[in-house]
Amino acid sequence: MAYKVVVHRPQDDVGVAVSDLEPGEQLEAYVLENGRKIPVRVVEPIPLGHKIALRDIPEGKEVIEYGEKIGRATTAIPAGAHVHVHNLRSLRWSA
Amino acid sequence: MSQLTGYRRPDGRVGVRNHVIVLPVDDISNAAAEGVAKLIPGTLALPHPYGRLQFGEDLDLFFRTLIGTGRNPNVAAAVVVGIEPKWVQRVVDGIASTGKPVEGFSIEEQGDLKTIAQAARAAKAFLQESSEIEREPIQLNDLVVSIKCGESDPTLGVAGNPALGRVVDRLVDAGAAVIFGETSELTGAEHLVAARAATPEVREAFLNTYRAYVAFIEAQGVDLLGSQPTEGNIRGGLSTIEEKALGNIQKLGTRPFQSVLKPAEAPKGPGLHFMDTSSAAAEMVTLAAAAGSVLHFFTTGQGNVVGHPIIPVVKISPNPKTVRTMSEHIDVDLSRLLVGEMTLDEGADAIWDVFVRTVRGRLTAAEALGHREFVLTKLYRSA
Repeated sequence: MAYKVVVHRPQDDVGVAVSDLEPGEQLEAYVLENGRKIPVRVVEPIPLGHKIALRDIPEGKEVIEYGEKIGRATTAIPAGAHVHVHNLRSLRWSA
Repeated sequence: MSQLTGYRRPDGRVGVRNHVIVLPVDDISNAAAEGVAKLIPGTLALPHPYGRLQFGEDLDLFFRTLIGTGRNPNVAAAVVVGIEPKWVQRVVDGIASTGKPVEGFSIEEQGDLKTIAQAARAAKAFLQESSEIEREPIQLNDLVVSIKCGESDPTLGVAGNPALGRVVDRLVDAGAAVIFGETSELTGAEHLVAARAATPEVREAFLNTYRAYVAFIEAQGVDLLGSQPTEGNIRGGLSTIEEKALGNIQKLGTRPFQSVLKPAEAPKGPGLHFMDTSSAAAEMVTLAAAAGSVLHFFTTGQGNVVGHPIIPVVKISPNPKTVRTMSEHIDVDLSRLLVGEMTLDEGADAIWDVFVRTVRGRLTAAEALGHREFVLTKLYRSA
């Protein structure tokens, strides 16, 4: 069964686009760990390999992927938005 | 499964290639080494930019890398060429204890041309001898292999690396040795790697190595934000070093790691081993080959094209754009795994199939394209 967004762990804030996503697409993100599906509506173009917010992420929150911290949101990120270096920053080496 | 075949060397170790190498001891001997390889097609010169006025730990690593490369069981015989006889002899002696044919030549007091003539005679004899060595049946527990990813993107964390992780578990369970490294690229996942150490001592050794690396970065008064993730990683969708590391470690499988190796240090037994290496592709593969790896598994998202002179580098990509636009570099296409049209076990089977064929002699894409990156790791500037 082909899917367009993959989620590593159920608690993750973000999924990975496994094909290019267009705004307005209503998708079911597939959770690798348990096969559950999480509905998400794409709000902006997201290229293959990039991350999509699965829920609203408040500014300053630690963002979870693989069930682990991958950084901190530098602005509020709405569900369905592109999550990348413009709104996510490492918790390490952050001088 | 097709019977694995390889070349059993006098020391009992097993290679999957049968190269005769011409190894320069230093930068200024590259021309002579390449001259020998030009005269005797079928031999392989390994030019590199170092070998003069290095000292201390950096010099130790230099010799370990050169000697380890010559000792690698993919090498049938070695011709060593250097400017002066003492360091030539040191490299020759290091290789000779494997029992394989090796001879050294030095340039001082005679010049390049006489040296090339002498060394070419040895190279010719070694090439003919090596051509009579036949492949024989081998077992998985005869093999030392290595793993690394490069030009990574999140498609590796989803598909390429978990599939390779299953291959790593199969290899470890069959008694092979598997080397992983990339110290900087464990940042954000170092606690998960530490928890995989076989013993408390190995765990402590790993954490000490990792902390020493972080201290080295901090001592430069910088961080790695501009370098890790790389611009290629960012284009592919990786946002932070933590995300990159968490994707990276998916390829380690699930078995404990048995030891912490210095760069270019050979593992002492089977199982998974951590080596303290750079995350730069050619440096890591060169160190792994010097530690005795005879085949390297390389997962790539955005399309790294690295190869090595003496060990096959098997390229695996789950990114459909990369598989399409850089098809000549990819040995294993896992793009169907990325979108769930293939299971992880089927992905592992696809890697395994190419692994077996490569061991048996199939040339990898990197070998066919002539990728022969031999890149020595240098720890600090020379005297």
